[in-house]
Amino acid sequence: MDLRLKALTKSIWVFHLSAGSCNNCDIETLDCFTPRFDVERFGIQLIGSVRHADVILITGAMNRKSVPRMKKIYAQAPKPCLIVACGICACSQHMFRDSYNVCEPLDKILPVDVYIPGCPPKPEAIISGIVKLLTKIRSKK
Amino acid sequence: MSHRVIVPIGPYHPLQEEPEFFQLYVEGEKVVDIDIIIGYNHRGIEKLAEGKHFDQIPFLVERICGICSSSHPYAYVLAVEDILGGESRIVPERALYIRTIVNELERIHSHLLWLGLAGHFIGYNTVWMWAWRYREPVLDCFEMITGNRNNYAMFKVGGIRRDIKEEDLPVIKKLLDELVPAVDMFKGAVMDDPVIQARLKGIGILTKKQAVDWCVVGPTARASGLNIDVRRDDPYGAYDRLDWNVIIEKEGDIFAKTIVRIMELYESVRIIRKCLDKMPAGAIDANIKDIPPGEGIGRVEAPRGECFHYVKSDGTNRPVRHKIRAPSYMNVASNKVAAVGGTISDATITLAAVDPCYCCTERVTVINRPDNHKIMNGWDLIKLSQEKTRKLRGVLLWKI
Amino acid sequence: MQTKDKIKERLAGKIKDWKEVSARRIYLGINKEDIYGVVEILFKEIGLRFSTASGVDTPSGFEILYHFSFDQAGEFYSLRVLINDKKNPVIDSLTPLFAGAEWIEREIWEMLGINFKNHPNLKRLLLADDWPEGKYPLRSNHES
Repeated sequence: MDLRLKALTKSIWVFHLSAGSCNNCDIETLDCFTPRFDVERFGIQLIGSVRHADVILITGAMNRKSVPRMKKIYAQAPKPCLIVACGICACSQHMFRDSYNVCEPLDKILPVDVYIPGCPPKPEAIISGIVKLLTKIRSKK
Repeated sequence: MSHRVIVPIGPYHPLQEEPEFFQLYVEGEKVVDIDIIIGYNHRGIEKLAEGKHFDQIPFLVERICGICSSSHPYAYVLAVEDILGGESRIVPERALYIRTIVNELERIHSHLLWLGLAGHFIGYNTVWMWAWRYREPVLDCFEMITGNRNNYAMFKVGGIRRDIKEEDLPVIKKLLDELVPAVDMFKGAVMDDPVIQARLKGIGILTKKQAVDWCVVGPTARASGLNIDVRRDDPYGAYDRLDWNVIIEKEGDIFAKTIVRIMELYESVRIIRKCLDKMPAGAIDANIKDIPPGEGIGRVEAPRGECFHYVKSDGTNRPVRHKIRAPSYMNVASNKVAAVGGTISDATITLAAVDPCYCCTERVTVINRPDNHKIMNGWDLIKLSQEKTRKLRGVLLWKI
Repeated sequence: MQTKDKIKERLAGKIKDWKEVSARRIYLGINKEDIYGVVEILFKEIGLRFSTASGVDTPSGFEILYHFSFDQAGEFYSLRVLINDKKNPVIDSLTPLFAGAEWIEREIWEMLGINFKNHPNLKRLLLADDWPEGKYPLRSNHES
């Protein structure tokens, strides 16, 4: 496996993107950086530009207006870039899948590496998801 | 000087990241006009509600917004209970008190959340961390009462779904006792710090006349001198059985909005304490089965203002129409006048001062760039704001 | 004088029906031609706050409810207008009276296809730019 990918597991830089979410997953993601959970001590950081991202954390039910923007942002991210679907809306669109204003599910649009279900997933679940992602990468040959 | 268009695109902080595009037109440092484009969170919930049963809808509307997660289902059940004759006639008394407790706990967690983000935007990351640290016990309390930190699934037509156990009452009281010194600390920090005052006073003013013209609600309106609060004007829950105050400030600037929210934290603590003392034993659910034809309106004072739901029923088990209007719908639009006239470095804090819940407003936007424009994203604007605080600190502390 | 009586007096002749569902919920029916004049009296003279507007597609036409709040007494007045012409629905815009009406009129326009005359900025609010013309999500013939 890519040496670059293995190297990035030491200090993940996460770019967060909402494609039409209720914000709960977004707040719980931010919560991971607050004193109780404090993932920054593991080198995980939220960054402002996708050009520095190792992981894109996507929340939301794939709103029709957001999806083109999401695709553009993914195209700008330097590869290898991993995608985490955070929250059940990103995993399977939840109760919004019949709505006139949502597109297909995320994994039909972009390659998802980790699914973190939950509405919203607790910070512990999000951290566990990221750990599973890191384990998956490190164990690949 | 020609107009330069600054387009904030890309990641904002999650609260503003729900794509909400603000296109700022600037001349030099000054914002001269602003376009607000929304629609990035629109998930067609009103249409989805027409296809769901009345008892399924609380779960749907809970997910309109993660932060006002109890206000929307509460307003919805109030609207349906309005069709049935009114909440006070149908819902058992214990349920009224528990509804009030959940509504106020949500206000506490929401205001603390806003305090943290506002602190972050002006460069006080410690405020952010501490405010969110004190928010965690409130979420633990929610988990204890309802089973989840967010999305409580507490409200149903005719009552509530879960009771508060006797052994949980001392835990809630202890939480409130520990919260008050924390709020004292924030209040002291905000009132006494000259740099915060310089950043927030006189910035982003919304005059009383503008507040009336734009029909704003909630702390945004109360900070501009409008004496409106649904809890007192059109009481629901147990609010008319308790003694509490509505907080009004007159200046309409961001400092006034901050003070309103901080003082409301104290009032929320008072209200919850009184509810815990006065709450009677008894049933928590009226077991409503059928909804007759009719129309009903439910209004709830969410942390951001009046949350409005209208439900029209034709006697079947699904609504004919469900109209939802979140408070941020009115408040965010008012940024058109509040942010204009300020500088770019004040843009983020002004836009954030109405405590926007874009998911509530279901908005989003992105703007295509015309020629002759400069692009900055949300993080750049936040950095500008934090930079201004650093400069002010240098100037003001030098003078002391 | 009670606000309810004041409203009845000032709007005499324009009120088609008056329904008090409860002490704080009042529904009045008016003709769509009178909407601007009526709202001008309610907003400017009597000082009601505009809460929002809701539109619904009914078999007899498009019904719009304009919701106003009289905060001092907690009373909520909903003005009902019916637009019979479903092929070409049009009504006067309230945005020239107060800015708070701008967004909701844009939303009703894009969701139900009702045209608001004299609206200063009638363009899409929530739907994507590539959303097909002529398809209105909240009309009853639009699938979810």
